[in-house]
Amino acid sequence: MTERRVVITGMGWVTPLGTDLDGVWNRLLAGETGIGPIERFDASTFSTNFAAEVKDFDLRAHLGDRADDHAEAGISTKYALAAAMNAVTQAGFAGQRAPDPARCGVYLGAGEGTLDYDHFMATHVAGWDAESRSVDSVKWAKRAHEGMNALLELEQEPHLTVTHLAEAFGASGPAFNCMTACAASAQATGEAAEIIKRGDADVMLAGGAHTMIHPFGMSGFIRLTAMSTRRDDPQNASRPFDAARDGFVMGEGAGILVLEDLDHARARGATILAEVAGYGSTADAYRITDIHPEGKGAAGAMRQALGEAGIDPSATDANGRPFVHYINAHGTGTQENDKTETAAVKAVFGEHAPKVPFSSIKSMLGHLIQAAGAVELITCVKAIETGWVPPTRNLENPDPVCDLDYVPGTARDLNPAGGVDVCLSNSFGFGGQNDTVCVRRYRD
Amino acid sequence: MDRRVCITGLGPVSCIGSGVDAFWASLLEGRSGLGPVEVFDPAGFASRLAGAVTDVSVRDSVPKSYRKATKVMARDTELAVVAAKLAADDAGLVTRGSDDGDEGFAITPERTGCQIGAGLIAAEADELTRALVTSLDDEGVWDVNKWGTAEGGESGMNNLPPLWMLKYLPNMLACHVTIIHGTEGPSNTILAAESSGLLCLGEGARVIERNDADVSFVGGAESKLNLMGLMRLELLGRLAHTHDATDGAQVVKPYDPDAGGTVLAEGGGIVILEELGHAKARGARVYAEVAGFGASQSDRKAETGLELAIASALRDAGVGPGDIDAIFPTGIGLAGPDAHEAGAFRAVFGDRLAEIPIVSLAPVLGDSMAGQGGLQAAAAALAVHHQTLPARVHTGTPGGGLDAGASDARDASLGCVLVCTTAMGGQNAAAVLKRPG
Repeated sequence: MTERRVVITGMGWVTPLGTDLDGVWNRLLAGETGIGPIERFDASTFSTNFAAEVKDFDLRAHLGDRADDHAEAGISTKYALAAAMNAVTQAGFAGQRAPDPARCGVYLGAGEGTLDYDHFMATHVAGWDAESRSVDSVKWAKRAHEGMNALLELEQEPHLTVTHLAEAFGASGPAFNCMTACAASAQATGEAAEIIKRGDADVMLAGGAHTMIHPFGMSGFIRLTAMSTRRDDPQNASRPFDAARDGFVMGEGAGILVLEDLDHARARGATILAEVAGYGSTADAYRITDIHPEGKGAAGAMRQALGEAGIDPSATDANGRPFVHYINAHGTGTQENDKTETAAVKAVFGEHAPKVPFSSIKSMLGHLIQAAGAVELITCVKAIETGWVPPTRNLENPDPVCDLDYVPGTARDLNPAGGVDVCLSNSFGFGGQNDTVCVRRYRD
Repeated sequence: MDRRVCITGLGPVSCIGSGVDAFWASLLEGRSGLGPVEVFDPAGFASRLAGAVTDVSVRDSVPKSYRKATKVMARDTELAVVAAKLAADDAGLVTRGSDDGDEGFAITPERTGCQIGAGLIAAEADELTRALVTSLDDEGVWDVNKWGTAEGGESGMNNLPPLWMLKYLPNMLACHVTIIHGTEGPSNTILAAESSGLLCLGEGARVIERNDADVSFVGGAESKLNLMGLMRLELLGRLAHTHDATDGAQVVKPYDPDAGGTVLAEGGGIVILEELGHAKARGARVYAEVAGFGASQSDRKAETGLELAIASALRDAGVGPGDIDAIFPTGIGLAGPDAHEAGAFRAVFGDRLAEIPIVSLAPVLGDSMAGQGGLQAAAAALAVHHQTLPARVHTGTPGGGLDAGASDARDASLGCVLVCTTAMGGQNAAAVLKRPG
């Protein structure tokens, strides 16, 4: 029996630079930024008061009247629905419905929904007993019963995004949701590909959605001192690999890919966008607060993905070009990530590391947290399709320890060098869960 | 060459006892762990019973050098850390988390995985509210402008500990376990309510099967025994309104047409999966083989879909409906979900269903959400290992001709058993556990 191959036949995203596949891609190539002052809530007194927000989003523009079926869904679920249905449309499934429900599944790395802040806050404050400096559970419960709404509470459960997508697409096959922080949607895509490869499904919607642009999401990262505080210059705050980088910038959105068994895609005459050639997943097993200093887990994930794709990182073609043509960096813009990710790429590619273009679109979109991996993987497929790779914006004075080719400032046309055939997309989560996905130009 | 996967270690952490011996003894006896909520005054809640885990200490489950890190663990993480340690010890594994002088098989870090299901973790109410009340306006309403601390100062969010958010990330269960035990293989955190644990078991088995690991810590843990957790499940209509009842075993009635809901419990169920040849080579005790796994999504309106996961698991195991000797389902004691499960059993097993013992542990274990799947799998693995069905506690009458009523523990010939879970949200998982040959 020959091994089943997994291909990508549809893609959709909702990002701070828009929701149309090619429009966002062109804005990324142009080095535009989606970052600005936060409008979702009043963050004026927050030490980080800016983010990359999705603007003017309307689910109805993507789903038409079917948006009514999901009226109660949380905001990130709506992002996922729009991205998914656009991906399904591109994949060419009639009526946006799964062809054989039991053979179609959903694997997401969707984040938690946004709290019902008004009632959550009022309930906790009402429960406070100043004398004992603790919460009185009876007073707390009384206020909760007055305000909290069952549907809004249910929709905060992260797996409800999977539920909505499965219902919209009509899929009743394997359904999973993972939360490995910033690696989640890359991991979801990798595991979804494994499910198809094994024969447990023919079609999977894979990717993720997330927003943490709300008071606690921002507060959590501010307390960790992980975000940029460049309040006077938000558009240039996300500076991966730059010496003056001071943390990541929060983004939000969704990225969904239609993964499909190659024979299944061929049989229905689908357009094949790229092949999922490899996937690697490791744990740092180091510290919850820090990345392994040598990027051991990150290098391991890249090596596994390359191994599965049958690519030797120490080899080059006749022109001296490595076989990996582009790496989409995790590239958060924190001191630690950019340094260790650079070290990991060097460990894997050795002397060839400087020859592999390696850029971070978080410089433009911010960090979409759980949705980041899938959006970045879509970027890799667009690079294969067009032969262009996006720049790292704001990279003006590279950190001396960051000495690879990060495609600073301006997008690059790799067509003269032979185009883009193979890309890696890196995603690393807080707590040390590392995932790399390898995509390759589809050839018979 | 096909790689087969088996269970070689069990780490149950539950309201009926933690560790294999205590857990199995309670299951044989039919002792329920569901009683009055004691960690806070539940008078304002409709459901005032719960299953608390009372016999474990996270500090005793980690190496001395890691004790400081237990301060940044949420209760859910504590349960997972304890369960993982129990499972590793039970499997005879020596890891970075083992005690000095422990003997056993030393794991290979890169060949050991970790898939641990979790739920959304509620921020501790006292810690959070203490910070929130520093940011109230003149009318006593929380004010986002006072919460922000761009100007510095002692108020607002600066009252949250710096690592506040890290405590509540769901992947911290798996991350702490990977760090404590030094597992560097594939690691995941799956969230799908009651199906989280069994989906992790399934994914962990696939990871071993495809040769990305030889050993894996799989399962899940969760504690919703806190204000937000209990309230949310109450609002969602999952919990029985317990009134003055003090014995949860009298309240939870799986598959009874008059069932009125379940009782919340804490739980951690982590098991060690291992490639069969690997287990045999080191002379490990094999509780059961994970012969098949399947997953599916239910249409919430039609309430069907579990039958697809079960059919996939049977097909994967290469067995038919006639080969299943017992079922360990969720059976939470709520009309809708129970009817969905019963309908799926009928669709798969037809007339034979009346002959298959159905062991729902909900009356003794309650609903421990992400902890559920691992605990059900541990109970099923022990049943296969001992060729014994645990006692069933049931004060009602299961409908639909299901063999799910009260019964004492008894000897049984168990070749293959089915474990399955259904989740609020429609995600289903099923696994076939087989007596080792």
